[in-house]
Amino acid sequence: MRDSGRLGPLLVAPALLMVLALFVYPLGYSLITAFEAKSGGFTLGNFVKAFEFYSIDIGFTLVIIGLSTLAIAVASIAIGGYLVLGENPRAVALLRWLYRWPLFIPFVVAAQCMRSFLAKNGLMNNTFVALGILEVDQTTGFLDWRGIVITFVWKQTPFVALLVAGAMASLDRSTIEAARNLGASRLRILVEILVPQVMPTLVVGLILSFVTMMSVLSVPLMISGESPTMMTVDMAFRINNYGDYGTANALGFISYLLTAACAWVYLKRAVRQT
Amino acid sequence: MIWVGRGIALGLLAFIVLGPLANLVLWAAAEQWYFPHKLPVAYGAKFWQQVFKPRGDALVSLMTSIWIALATVAACLALAIPAGYALARLKLPWRTAILLAFLMPQAFPSLAVYINVARIFYDFKLNGTMLGVILVHTVHGLVFAVWITAAAFAAVDRDLELAARNLGGSALRTFLTVSLPLAAPGIMASAIFVFLESLDEFTGTFFVGVPDVITLPLLMFTASIAGNYQIAAITALVLLVPSVLFMLFIERFLKADVLSKIGA
Repeated sequence: MRDSGRLGPLLVAPALLMVLALFVYPLGYSLITAFEAKSGGFTLGNFVKAFEFYSIDIGFTLVIIGLSTLAIAVASIAIGGYLVLGENPRAVALLRWLYRWPLFIPFVVAAQCMRSFLAKNGLMNNTFVALGILEVDQTTGFLDWRGIVITFVWKQTPFVALLVAGAMASLDRSTIEAARNLGASRLRILVEILVPQVMPTLVVGLILSFVTMMSVLSVPLMISGESPTMMTVDMAFRINNYGDYGTANALGFISYLLTAACAWVYLKRAVRQT
Repeated sequence: MIWVGRGIALGLLAFIVLGPLANLVLWAAAEQWYFPHKLPVAYGAKFWQQVFKPRGDALVSLMTSIWIALATVAACLALAIPAGYALARLKLPWRTAILLAFLMPQAFPSLAVYINVARIFYDFKLNGTMLGVILVHTVHGLVFAVWITAAAFAAVDRDLELAARNLGGSALRTFLTVSLPLAAPGIMASAIFVFLESLDEFTGTFFVGVPDVITLPLLMFTASIAGNYQIAAITALVLLVPSVLFMLFIERFLKADVLSKIGA
């Protein structure tokens, strides 16, 4: 096809401009505002205030998202591993059907599900009581940081597991068979053969999950909006109650820094692959 | 005895995965449910009538959500089809950088950006308007639209395009009669992705749409915070249906040959 070399950039330009105008520009705006005093001029006051008021929440956010990411990793490896190594076809088929349910469920809906499920008198505790595992007066609600972690893991595991299971399924079966013939247990095959090979896919999935969880507002608001809570709630609070863009953007800047470390790993990988 | 352990493990997983959904369905069907009853005291359609009453909040929100999602899909496809074709077929400097640029809105914590979008929109009187919300959703959905569309065009057999050109078809005609129809299933998949993303979007609408544009997720959120669990559960179910349907049928829309070219 004849290609003057001008048509390509011309066709990409509108979409690219859209991202520039409505994402890159506000992003830059937020970076500048984070370092800007109310009266104008450079200041670090916003960060002093952010740490003074919200250092607990910043730590809390990291712990919640760190724990969630770890649990998502373990659960996805377990699911992917069983789908590839499972020997009972019916159990494998059942698992394949079961694990994907939350995949496209919106975060607001997941939060609403969990808000009722994890409550002190929600379906979870009611089932435990009905089965005789717990007495009525022993039940506790999980609507605090634990509830946020459970909701994140419930919602994000199918996404990462889908990627990991796909990557595991496309691996060469002969190494697995060979290890199997030499008497290696399935757990050992999973940990020593499968996981190292799907590591790139796993890391990409986890990073995307990490960033997603960093910007979810509905889950912490609906599961546990009280202090200590996540930074997203604090940002929304500074804006809606005080119109305090300085502190909100300082918190935003901190959340960029936390994800920038992750994005760096992702970019390096993406560039290496292409 | 191994099957006992397997049965217990799968049963436990089923409880974890489906339990929260079951609780939602129970709330949607409940008319009365209070402590210490383990199941609803009375079932009924009273709240369904309340939600779906003509010109009620929920129906208005549902229509708002659907219009916004459709407009977002139209805007995304209008931007992504030319961009995807260029990324798949034409000479393009910094191709990888351009692909990554579309990923940016998903690769940064978007909440901090949305509060500034809302502030900028304020000057343009776009706050609280459908257009403002559509613009925000479009930027967010572009990564799916552009990446999947580019993959769909890349999966089209190049020989078919060359054959059409050799028979005297113009570049535009070849694109319209060969490339576009062959890439259509992939483009359709990207449209569904964008539609769902827009339908489910909460954070951007929360900052840009208030107080006038109330989409279904915002209505659900408000009902839940106010303690109207039945109303929240019913609106949540409405949001759930398209998501679960897409989950069950995703493989029909996204074929392996397209999937393998995403982001490449």
